[in-house]
Amino acid sequence: MLHIAVCIKQVPDSREMRIDPKTNTLIRQGVPAIVNYFDLHGLEEALRIKDRFGARVTVLTMGPPSAEQALKQCISMGADEAVLVTDRAFAGADTLATSYVVAMTIEKIAETWGPVDIVFCGKQTLDGDTGQVGPGVACRLDMEQLTYVEKVEMLDPERREIIVHRHLEDGVERVKAPLPVLITALAELNRPRRASLPGVLRAVRYEPVVWTTNDFPNLDRSKIGLRGSPTIVAKSWVPEPKPVHTVTVEGATPDEVAENLFNRLYETDLPVKLGWGA
Amino acid sequence: MAELERAAETRETAAAQRRKPAVGLQPEGDVDWSQYRGVLVVVEQRGGIAKKVSWQLLGEARRLAAKLQVDVMALVIGHQVRHLAQEAIYHGADKVFLCDSSELRDYRTRPYSRVCLHVIRTYRPEIVLMGATYTGRDLAGAIATHLPTGLTADSTMLDVDENRLLLASRPAFSEKMLATILCKQFKPQMATARAGVYEALPRDETRTGEIIEVPPQMPPAEIAVEVLEFIETKNRVNLEDAEIIVAGGRGLGGPGPFKLLKELADALGGVVGASRAAVDLGWIGHEHQVGQTGTTVRPKLYVAVGISGAVQHVVGMQNSECIVAINKDPNAPIFKIAHYAIVGDLFQIVPALTRAALARRQGQAGSEVAASAGAVPAGAAASSRGGAKAELNV
Ligand SMILES: Cc1cc2nc3c(=O)[nH]c(=O)nc-3n(C[C@H](O)[C@H](O)[C@H](O)COP(=O)(O)OP(=O)(O)OC[C@H]3O[C@@H](n4cnc5c(N)ncnc54)[C@H](O)[C@@H]3O)c2cc1C
Ligand SMILES: Nc1ncnc2c1ncn2[C@@H]1O[C@H](COP(=O)(O)O)[C@@H](O)[C@H]1O
Repeated sequence: MLHIAVCIKQVPDSREMRIDPKTNTLIRQGVPAIVNYFDLHGLEEALRIKDRFGARVTVLTMGPPSAEQALKQCISMGADEAVLVTDRAFAGADTLATSYVVAMTIEKIAETWGPVDIVFCGKQTLDGDTGQVGPGVACRLDMEQLTYVEKVEMLDPERREIIVHRHLEDGVERVKAPLPVLITALAELNRPRRASLPGVLRAVRYEPVVWTTNDFPNLDRSKIGLRGSPTIVAKSWVPEPKPVHTVTVEGATPDEVAENLFNRLYETDLPVKLGWGA
Repeated sequence: MAELERAAETRETAAAQRRKPAVGLQPEGDVDWSQYRGVLVVVEQRGGIAKKVSWQLLGEARRLAAKLQVDVMALVIGHQVRHLAQEAIYHGADKVFLCDSSELRDYRTRPYSRVCLHVIRTYRPEIVLMGATYTGRDLAGAIATHLPTGLTADSTMLDVDENRLLLASRPAFSEKMLATILCKQFKPQMATARAGVYEALPRDETRTGEIIEVPPQMPPAEIAVEVLEFIETKNRVNLEDAEIIVAGGRGLGGPGPFKLLKELADALGGVVGASRAAVDLGWIGHEHQVGQTGTTVRPKLYVAVGISGAVQHVVGMQNSECIVAINKDPNAPIFKIAHYAIVGDLFQIVPALTRAALARRQGQAGSEVAASAGAVPAGAAASSRGGAKAELNV
């Protein structure tokens, strides 16, 4: 049976994020946490494969103890098992340190429940927003990486082959790869399902498997957390919003409004830049 | 307590020595970072045509290299791409590494990243830049992990300080903030950089430089991934590169009125975008979505129609050069960031704009446009919705 690992991250719901106008810092308090948008598309695809071929789906996250809620949501949607990797020592990780711990976790998941055939990541996180963890994990696990996937065209568990469509700026690439692979999911991939009633009931009682640094005998402490992160945030600031001078365009009729707008636009250099001519 | 920890660490080191996991990659060879000099740009191309961002990055690399007093290097990988090595010199490179081989025709992570790793380890640039494109991000993520080194994603501002540190600034928290990222302990310092932000130098054929051939680093038989086909989507909404976007939101009230937007977009020579609300309601495909979970765009002209201006939408389009908003609610937040505000009913305003756009075009291009449009007077063409739209989209 196929074994699929799904990497998820709990992220602050940006709807609720505000900047404190006095201190110019981000207000994190009271911001609800959600499962990273793109990760749910990875989970959905894993569940579709499970529905079609039968598969074990293990979700995992590295995060604070509160990330248990995010894992429970994945269980309610139909994941079989959920692993929370949590330890103060993991805190402050950048993408290099994160991919190290996530890769170690997937290795341990493979040792515990059997070899992993497919790993799903999201295209990127809403907070980290790098899309670097997926490729990092693939590298460390020596798996092929198929990033920005918008469609799984074919999966053959017997021949251990997969064909996916990768989204690029100027087109779509059909790519064939042997398993195991790591896929990063785009929103176009699917529409995530709602939790089922039995799923919700299971999630209420479900306790995720919790691993700490002690559960990884081979762990290199110099590679985790803040210490294992080569990148440093030197400073962050709120960019001055570009002062926008808003011109209200009016007119007696819609056609007059339109005419006035174009007259305004032709007073600027925009038409020239757009090659609209004089 | 400390002793316990030390004991644990000794145990761990012993365990690590028994079985060196592949997951924990080590820097290879010497770590004398002072030998790392120069700025390397990895050129992205498809079918022998370079992505614009590559030349933009070479322009930026020249600026950084001048401050550091070092050379600009470029790496060109592909098949039949020798001309691009020459182009890279015209666009600012002093030294170009060229890896040209038939198995490198299509981008694939492993064979490409091995070439990059070879060049980086051999020629030791202190800074490596790539476009924050799909391919650039795919490749940079793999390389940075292998080296290993720090990688800043999607930077929109680059500089170096007196300690030769790369200051890579990037938007954070859905573009609400900017953060400057440093990588002090490892070399090279890597960053992917957003397209359209940095300035390319004028192409200069008098520039000279050195081209160094680099062999492929992976036997073709070992390359397991196969690109079956590339389907260029000519008609696909290419929001990333669009200069004009006409975007619609929930205010359209259904999928039908997107036709009005398409007509305006066609008349202006642009493409159609959408808010998430419109996408979630199934009125239009996700590929049209602008915003935090959609595409970040910075066209020259953005027309927001029936969009309220939620932050998640605004972060994805606020850097557009000129924003026109049409909304019937004078208090809609979108007006706060709009350069031109039209308070009114989109069902009246949008067709009027289309008519005006067509009239202007016809006025300018005169006979040419009239001929291709079948000489229909502008007003008539527009009023029979969808009439002459495609033909007029020059
Ligand atoms: C994690 C997260 C990520 C998100 N990511 C995105 C994203 O990437 N992109 C995005 O767009 N949203 C995103 N959203 C959703 C965002 O919060 C808003 O819900 C969404 O942008 C609203 O879309 P809208 O403006 O089309 O709809 P509404 O907010 O409903 O606005 C409709 C507007 O149309 C106007 N209107 C109605 N009828 C007419 C008429 N006849 N003529 C003129 N005007 C009219 C109304 O006055 C109103 O202002 C995200 C939300 C979350 C939580
Ligand atoms: N702490 C984490 N635990 C598990 N998976 C993660 C974590 N951080 C990132 N990922 C995965 O990597 C993807 C890309 O993240 P990022 O590189 O931060 O944009 C996410 O969509 C997740 O699938």
